[in-house]
This record gives sequence, structure tokens and C-alpha cells, in this order.
Amino acid sequence: MKRVILQKSNFLKQGVRAAGSKPIPDRSDSFVFGLFNGEINPKNIFPYPSVFNQEQVDELNELFSASFDAFDGTNEALENDLRGDLDPEMVQMLRDFGLFGMQVPEELGGLGMSNVQMARMSEIGGELDLGVSIYIGAHQSIGFKAILILGTQEMKEKYLPLVASGEKIAAFCLTEPSTGSDASSVQTRAVKQEDGSYLMNGGKIWITGGGIADIFTVFAQVPVQQEDGTIKDKMTAFIVERDFGGVTHGAPEKKMGIKCSNTAEVYFDDVRIPAENMIGEVGEGFKVAMEVLNSGRYGMGATLNGTQKGLIKKATEFAANRTQFRDKIYKFGAIQEKLARMHAEQYASEAVSYLVANAMDHKTENYHLEAACGKIFASERAWHCCDETIQVMGGMGYMFEQGVEKVMRDLRIFRIFEGTNDILRLMVGLQGLQYTGQQLAPIAKAAKSPIANAPTLIKFKMDQRAKEKGSKTAVNDLKQYVDPALHPEAQKVGEAITRFEVASKKILQKFNKDIINQQFHVKRIAEAAIELFASSAVLSRATAAQKHPTANKEEEILLAKTYIFDSLKKIHGALDQLTEQDESHWKNMAELTEKMVNADSPVLGAHPTELIHK
Amino acid sequence: MVRVAVGVKRVIDYAVKIRVKPDGSGVVKDSVKHSMNPFCEIAVEEAVRLKEKKIAKEIVAFTIGPKQSAETLRTALAMGCDRGVHVNVDQAQLDALTPLQISKMAAKIAETEAADLLLMGKLAIDGDYGQTAAMTAAILDWPQATNLYSLQHNGDSATVEREIDGGLETNEIKTPAVLSVDLRINQPRYATLPNIMKAKKKKVKAVKPADLGVDVAPTLNVIKVAEPPVRAAGEIVEDVDTLISKLKDAGRI
Repeated sequence: MKRVILQKSNFLKQGVRAAGSKPIPDRSDSFVFGLFNGEINPKNIFPYPSVFNQEQVDELNELFSASFDAFDGTNEALENDLRGDLDPEMVQMLRDFGLFGMQVPEELGGLGMSNVQMARMSEIGGELDLGVSIYIGAHQSIGFKAILILGTQEMKEKYLPLVASGEKIAAFCLTEPSTGSDASSVQTRAVKQEDGSYLMNGGKIWITGGGIADIFTVFAQVPVQQEDGTIKDKMTAFIVERDFGGVTHGAPEKKMGIKCSNTAEVYFDDVRIPAENMIGEVGEGFKVAMEVLNSGRYGMGATLNGTQKGLIKKATEFAANRTQFRDKIYKFGAIQEKLARMHAEQYASEAVSYLVANAMDHKTENYHLEAACGKIFASERAWHCCDETIQVMGGMGYMFEQGVEKVMRDLRIFRIFEGTNDILRLMVGLQGLQYTGQQLAPIAKAAKSPIANAPTLIKFKMDQRAKEKGSKTAVNDLKQYVDPALHPEAQKVGEAITRFEVASKKILQKFNKDIINQQFHVKRIAEAAIELFASSAVLSRATAAQKHPTANKEEEILLAKTYIFDSLKKIHGALDQLTEQDESHWKNMAELTEKMVNADSPVLGAHPTELIHK
Repeated sequence: MVRVAVGVKRVIDYAVKIRVKPDGSGVVKDSVKHSMNPFCEIAVEEAVRLKEKKIAKEIVAFTIGPKQSAETLRTALAMGCDRGVHVNVDQAQLDALTPLQISKMAAKIAETEAADLLLMGKLAIDGDYGQTAAMTAAILDWPQATNLYSLQHNGDSATVEREIDGGLETNEIKTPAVLSVDLRINQPRYATLPNIMKAKKKKVKAVKPADLGVDVAPTLNVIKVAEPPVRAAGEIVEDVDTLISKLKDAGRI
């Protein structure tokens, strides 16, 4: 039994790495990593980055509004949804505007945009049609991203002009029937031939653009003979052209939402791939996949900012005009609570997205926890926003013509693809805990000879105790970056950061290496980390707005206060769940699941009508 | 091949709900979305089509307005115009300008640029004057054809169609001429992102009204701008007799 558990944890470890390729850094200036140590790492968060001068702001707004108008004027979101396809006129518009290759360098036919610029542009599709966002997003955020960030110069010159113009569509082929969250388990194989080329065989499923793409980034196992004569499979990335021959695809999948984007199975039968089409080296496939996914993840958060703004406009307009009980419904507390919370969450979500995009533009090495937090956060806040919009609109919101039910269907996938939120939470929690574990390692070592290391150990213990009692906190470290109007909030967030650090270290000391099997705990730790990051991002954003000449200063303070109040409840709520009592609750749930799976029927309760007791 | 000048104006976007300033001095323009006057877009499109048909050699787009008008000019360049002329006036000056002053400047530009055709929208959706094209033609002493439904250029003349009550009127006009376009002559293209970026490299000449010899001192005094009156709420009456007596009381019957 013990052995089984150990094996499980090894696989899981890979799974968690699957969501973020980077090894745990010794010391990081990442804000989220720092949180686990109770530290405020200001580098990529305080003060809120000011990326552009006025002229560049005007320019970006000009590009945004030109594209928004053209998109809005050409696209028929509901038509696309019904047809399950994109109108050729719309595809042409996207091509004319260069929206298939926003980040491809200008000299290779793209728009040469930074991550921040692309994030802003992504809001358009997010607001007007998420199906189109995926149509162009899967193409450039993951489809040909490996060529863009890891390809050779020859590869770039050969492929990027074709894909940037939208003349050829690109697709990212990782998922297989047995390869979901566990990305390292692909079965597709590419065997080296005598002439140096590779022969690929296998099949991929749920490939966005699979039926319309001509250029594929494919992950396959390359068998390599080891020094001891055994054969070992090494995952490797290839660029495959449909024109190589042997590439076929299945019928478009019927799915819940994002219907105008094509999703299909892709098969590779004896596809001959020239050696120069390998990305990186043999065995680097996993790394390539993770780099691509990490760098693409922020785009989803950015897109969903637009979605949230569109929904807020719809819900607010409805609430401002709808009369019931002789009053506009926005006058009622039940509606105010929804609208205000929707906006506060959008404000936080946007604050997070642009921090991540900016960190990436500055070539920050460890941004993957922030990117993961941003993806989880945006996809869940957008879902909540849509759910509440429908609730505000009542029956009207449920109707197809209003377009909101489509948004809800489109949104559902964002919590699943490009790393499910569950896997990403485990990644955030475990990598963060592992990071703080490394900081604890010298202490553990010192504890082996306590007398010699008495001063170190005593200082550590005293620190620990002060933090537990709340007499030593991160409050002042945080407050220095925050506008006085938000000092009460900074105070509480600072205290929560320290509570979080103490809680993290405690469960780490309790479970040690077995923490990898404690998903109930890790999930709560991750939840608190995500909220602490979001609240800090909000503090930073609202502070920056106080210095901006034309910002709605009071309103931004109100948004920040509203968000942080809710967020603190979530943080403490999550940390409250790490007690002994909760542990017996987790045990109950584990036991219940076991019984459900092993019973004849998973529904275990005797039916109420059958409860005969005498 | 001919040279075409086309006038473009930056106006509050057609989709924006216009609000009057509380002091009644005008409408709210700060932080309100602006874009190219839709009829100007149509004029630019018509000019670009002339170029695509190899009839026009060069298109010069011009605008009269504050520094933000540069964006409108850039849209025209992104749609396919070759060069720009920006007559710089500040927002307050622009608000006080009359169509006559605008026409004098437009005429001067058409002359200096040696244009064979001057294309304009039939009106701008902010002032709704619809006078500029006609007055510019008069100042230049060129023939004019306004509110065009179609345009066909034949070298030294043009055949145009105009929408009139009950049908279309076909005219033949000698060039150089001033032409203003109506809604249905074409469907303007969008200025695409790559073209907007390329348009930044196109030349824009900055001039002042004085360079064109036009006095921009205000000649028009706006006394008051007000919202259209709000329709008073109706009243539901119980029966026909009450209705009749109410109408009588109101002096309607």
C-alpha cells in the first residue's frame, strides 16, 4: 500500500510540474513565491507599473478602438454560435487587421506587439465573441508560439509570415485520450529514420483548429537508446506541416460553447518530418510545452477582462432601466450587491492580468505562479460575473437573443483548458510550499545540532512565535506602497499575509514531503495565495490611480475597499479550514468517495419514501 | 491621372449619446469617443477607389481641427490616402468656426495642392450645416455636384448620379470640380491595424489658418445650446366623455 502511494506521488509531482515547467527557485523576486515566506517582493507589483507615455497610450487606444469597431461591425456572434463556424468575411477582417499574428515581429508580417499591448487587444474578442478569441487565440497563443519563442531563425522566417497573415492556421497538439492534465504521458511516437528524419504515428484529441490548421506543434515520444542498451522514450516537440502527408483529422466536435472555433481529432500516420523541424532537443518536449503554456496563459486572463466589462455594461443597463415594484431594480440591495461585486472583481482581475503581462514583458524569470493565479482568478471571476448578469436580467438573461447565455457556455471551458484550475491550484500551492520549505531547510539542518546553533534557532523560534501572535507582521512592508486612503485595508492584508505564512509553514512542518498527497490542504493554501495576490494587486492599482490626473479617484478607492473586504473573508475562510476538525472532514469526504466508487450504485442514501421505521 | 483632395472632420462618434453642458455653452466633448465623420469616411473611400481604378494619382487628405484630429487624418491615410494636411486650430477656435471660414481654407488647400477633384462628405454630423462643399466650389469658382449617389470619372469630366425626390438624376460635370457624397455611394472600408501603423510613416504637413490667409476670428455667437424638450407624460382617462372634456380644456378641439 505504501508503495502505491509513493508511486502516485511521483506521478503527481510530474503533473504539478506539468502545469509549470520551472524548477523551484532558491530565491525569487516573484510576489506570490514571496507570500509563502511572509515577504513583500515589490518588484513586479509595487508601484503599479507605468508602461507607456501619453503618446503610446493614445496610440494603443487608437489601435484598440479601430479594431473594436471593425470587429463589432463585421462579426455576428450569435450567427457564429448557431453555425459553428466563422463567416469568411470575419476571417478576412481578422486577417486584414493582422490579428492572427499580434506578437509576430513586424518584419515577419506581424504587428510586433508586447504582451501588455496584446492583452489590451485581447479584450475586444473577450467582450464581443469568445469563440473568435479562441479561433485566433489558440492559433497564436499556443499554436505557433513554440516557433515564436523557441524556434530557430530559419523556422521563424519560414513559418511566421504564413501564420501571422492567417493564410495558414496553427494548432497546438498535446492532448491525447490518455493525456489530459498529466501532460508527460503522450503516446504519439516519432522514430528516427536512417536519413535523419522522423516518422510520426499517433493521434491527438480536442485540438483547437485541428480541422483547419496546416501547421501543427506536436508532442511525441522519441525512442532513444541508452548507454546500457535499453530504449527510453523522450518527449520531443516537432513542427508538422499538413503538406508532409499522412496528417488527417476527424469531424468537428460538438461542444458546449466557443462553437465557431474548430475542435477536432488529428491523426498522424507515417508522417515524415525533417530533422530541422524539431523544436529544441530530443527530450525537451515537456519543457517546450510548459514554456508555451506558461506564456500563453496570461492571454486568457486578459481576454476575460473584456468579457467581464461587456457583462457589467449589460447588467448595469438592464438594472438601470428595469422597473419592478415601482422602482428601478438597481435601487434594491439584492441587485446592488451583485453589480458592485461584479465590478470590484473585474477591477481585481484586470489589476492582476496587467501585472502578469508586464512582468512577462520585462522578461521576469519566475512569473508562472502569478500567471497561474491570473488564469484561475479571471476564469472564475468571469464565470461569477456572467452568472450574476443572468440573475440580474432574470428570464431575459436566459434567452438566446440577449447573448448572455452564450457567454456562459463559452466561459465554461476557461476553467478547464490550458491547465485546469484544479491542477493550477495544486501547482501554486505546492510550488509555493516547496519554496518556503527550501527556506526552512537551513533551520532544519541547524536543529540537528541545537547547541551549536542555538542563536539561529532561538531567533527563528521567536520570530515564529511573534508572527503567530500577530506582533510581527508584514503590515509595514506593505503599507509603505499603499495610498493612505487604503491603509486600513493594507493593515488587514498585511496581517493576513503573515497568518498565511505561519499556516503554510505549519502544514509543511506537519506533512513534510507527504504534502504532495494533501490536496485538501494545498487547495486552501492556494486559494489564500491567489486572493492575497489579487488584493495586493488591487492595493497597488488603486494607489497608482490616486496619482493619475484624470482617474476616478474616489470610485477606485471604493472598488478597492469593496474587493478587499470580500477577499479577506475568503482568505481567512480558507485558512480557517486547516484545523484538526477540518482534517476529519477531509477524511470523511475521502471515505465517502471511496464508498461511492465501490458501491453498486454511487448514490448511497436510502430513498426517503422507503424509510420505514417502527 | 488626377489629383484628389479630400476633407475629413473629427466629430463625436455617431453612437455616443450627446450630452449638453450644464451651462448651455455647447455639448460635452471631453473624454467622449470621437471618430471620423461618417460622410467623410465615404468621401475618403470614394477617393481611394479612384486611386485603385488608376484614375487618381495622389490623394491628399486634409483636416481642420485640434491636435486630436491627427488621429482622424491618420485613419484617412490608413484607408489609403497618400499625404495629409493638418490645419491646426484649437478646440475653442474650431467650435466658433463657420462653414464659410472652413470653405475658404478648403479652397486654398485645393489650390495649393493643385487638386483636380475636391471630395467631401455632404455634411458633418455635429453641425449638420451641409454648406461647406457648395461654398468651397463658389470660392474656387469650380463646378459642383452635391449629395452624390454614384461617381464615374471620364478624364476631364465626370458623370454623377444624385438622389432626388422620386428617383435618380444623372449629370455630367466638368473637372476640376467639388463633389460631395451621400450615404449610399459606397460602403467605406475599415482602416486596418497594419495600415494604421504604416500610416504613421506617411507625411502630414502642419499649417495654420494664417498660412492659408484665412481669418478665424469668430463671426458667429452661439447664445444657448439646449437638450430637445422632453415629451411630457401622457394621462390615461376613464372614458370618452372625460377625454373630450380634457381635450376641450386643453383647447385642442
